[in-house]
Amino acid sequence: MTDYAWLVPALPAAAAVIGLLLWRVIAGGPAVPAIVGTAGSLVVAIAVLVDAERSPGTVHQSSVAWTPIDGLSLDIGTRIDGLAAVVAVMVAVVALLVQIYSTAYMAGDPRYATYTAEVSLFTAAMLLVVVASDLFELLIGWEVMGLCSYLLIGHYWQAQGARAAAVKAFVTTRIGDTGFLFGIFVVGIAAGSFEIGTVTHAAAAVPHTTVTVGALLLLAGVVGKSAQFPLHVWLPDAMAGPTPISALIHAATMVAAGIYVVARLYPVFQAAPDSLTVLGVIACITMLGAALAALAEDDLKRVLAWSTVSQLAYMAAGLAVGGWTAGVYHLLTHAAFKALLFLAAGSVLRSVGTNLMSEMGGLRHRLPVTFWTALVGAAALAGLPPFAGAFSKDGVLAAAREHGGGLGDTVYAVGLVTVVVTAAYVTRLVVRTFFGTYRGSAQVHESPLVMTAPLVLLATFSVLLGLPVLPHSYGVARWLDPPAATLPLHVGIGGVLLTGALSLVGIAAVALLHRRRPADDPVTVLGRAAQPLAHAFWIDEAYDHALVRPARALGRGILAADSYGVDPALTGTGTATTFLGGVLRRLQNGNVQAYASGLVGGVLVVVVAVSLAVVR
Amino acid sequence: MHLSLALAVSALLFGIGVYGLLARRNAITVLMAVELMLNAANLDLVAFDAWWRDKLHAGQTVALFVIVIAAAEVGVGLAIVLSVFRLRETVAIDELTELADRDPQLRAGADDQVAVNPVAEDAGAIR
Repeated sequence: MTDYAWLVPALPAAAAVIGLLLWRVIAGGPAVPAIVGTAGSLVVAIAVLVDAERSPGTVHQSSVAWTPIDGLSLDIGTRIDGLAAVVAVMVAVVALLVQIYSTAYMAGDPRYATYTAEVSLFTAAMLLVVVASDLFELLIGWEVMGLCSYLLIGHYWQAQGARAAAVKAFVTTRIGDTGFLFGIFVVGIAAGSFEIGTVTHAAAAVPHTTVTVGALLLLAGVVGKSAQFPLHVWLPDAMAGPTPISALIHAATMVAAGIYVVARLYPVFQAAPDSLTVLGVIACITMLGAALAALAEDDLKRVLAWSTVSQLAYMAAGLAVGGWTAGVYHLLTHAAFKALLFLAAGSVLRSVGTNLMSEMGGLRHRLPVTFWTALVGAAALAGLPPFAGAFSKDGVLAAAREHGGGLGDTVYAVGLVTVVVTAAYVTRLVVRTFFGTYRGSAQVHESPLVMTAPLVLLATFSVLLGLPVLPHSYGVARWLDPPAATLPLHVGIGGVLLTGALSLVGIAAVALLHRRRPADDPVTVLGRAAQPLAHAFWIDEAYDHALVRPARALGRGILAADSYGVDPALTGTGTATTFLGGVLRRLQNGNVQAYASGLVGGVLVVVVAVSLAVVR
Repeated sequence: MHLSLALAVSALLFGIGVYGLLARRNAITVLMAVELMLNAANLDLVAFDAWWRDKLHAGQTVALFVIVIAAAEVGVGLAIVLSVFRLRETVAIDELTELADRDPQLRAGADDQVAVNPVAEDAGAIR
């Protein structure tokens, strides 16, 4: 079945093309090709996973030569190992649930057909990244994902904010992607091939400086795509897109693609330990900073966006300290519970008609299914056992402690602090949305079944992904085929209890504040200290002053030079030519005798000149 | 007969021709002036032919060619003059300045007056 793995990205791609071209003539509308294509992809992905797990530890590769020339030839094909198979299933599941959810969430949207085709195309691109066997093939999927992200963030393009956010997301990730492209060049040329298997195999033999430069350049793309500091600024703004998109692209898949690429090319990063240290430092900064920013945010979706940034940093930190399995495991559990939280948020937003938590509250009785499923997601995010997030997060922290040294200890300490902050902002989110009294004025009804069913399914996954860990079988994690010299997943009772206890501290603190003053935002207790958090440490403003305004000024300068320098030079040439031509034109007055006079005069001059010359 | 006498007559004829070409308004007179200049040249050709006692009589031969070409030229020229007179009811050569290079707007206006009116009449007939 692994020979047919190319169908996994091909089916959604075909669905996108068919949906975009033929949705008017398909019975049932544009949702049919999208859901059928994604479901087909899921079926193939599961078959591939089953097949791959029959022979664990082997890599199933099939490819065709794309540029069959001497030297650095490029192949396209699929490379299926445990990691790729599991992540492909995860992507297909979330994409299918989002497509189903969208049929209700986006009902009545005038551009639904385009929307759903773009989601299909995105799914295809993400799956291409997952199964690609060649770095350039991976890059194609990577860039198409960026394009789809841009298009879908700007889905409501009539709103200025959505347009600006789409451009910001595209430009910010582009900064990283430039590094990524050159990283591929460096690594591929050094390894003598762009084929992933060869690159990972040859990485250890590549000169240390070369591989470090290549890994750091690749890391730039990862930092951009996975919204890590200092390129994290686009993700909160990207919440201007439709909520199902936030669940799919900006929580479960595209932002995780950066982490996935690190995991996929892990031997390259292992050969350059400095790059992993850089990744770890970035992850520590992002982890805590984003969690603190989430603490003071009033927009429900932006809280979740900051939370995504913070959780992605956990995965990055896991990979940085050698906890490959723990990092990837957290990627999987995060995909389940964060997609769940986003879809639940979508259900809430659809009902109350606002993003602001200050206009919500008391929704637990009016939206019971949304409330209970969101509670499962929140518990998983906060790291409460027995929900999946607790085990994966603890796996990362255990790996950090096992790694030790300056980096490991720092990651461990920052990770523990972030557990408390995470629990605090999750609790704040839940109490501000679902507890207390309703502060808005809309008529609130529970969402239809097509929206609540995906919530229930994802809530089930959020529990199930954690359960197999308990008896040391490590469930999903066992299927992943980790690369050599990485730390295995160690989830100990002590670690889980410690994170659970820290998480309870954060929950209890916010819950007490809420109980004391139910109408107030718990973050007000921080007073003026909340200001830097609410403004996300003014990083956006700093970028605005340091980069955006100088760029705008430069643009205005170039425009002025064009308007007042280049343009007058060109039009001046034209005007001067016309003027000189006008002088000559006066001779052309239409009087034939005037022309003849000139002729006679000219002949006379010639005759006189010749005569003088002859005489002399 | 001395050559200079013939050359003097020729020069006189040519001078009259140049004067007629440059100064007269009537197109037919201008054509006649051109003929005068051509024949001044013919006179020169024949005179030099006799003066050099040319065995091949090249001068006389060329003069015959000139006479033939002049006849053809007058035929074409008079036909043009006739057509111009039918169109414009004048053969005054200084009034026929349609080919002058004027400003585009002015010329467009002139074309409108000439060309648009018949079209407008035709359109009225069709209605």
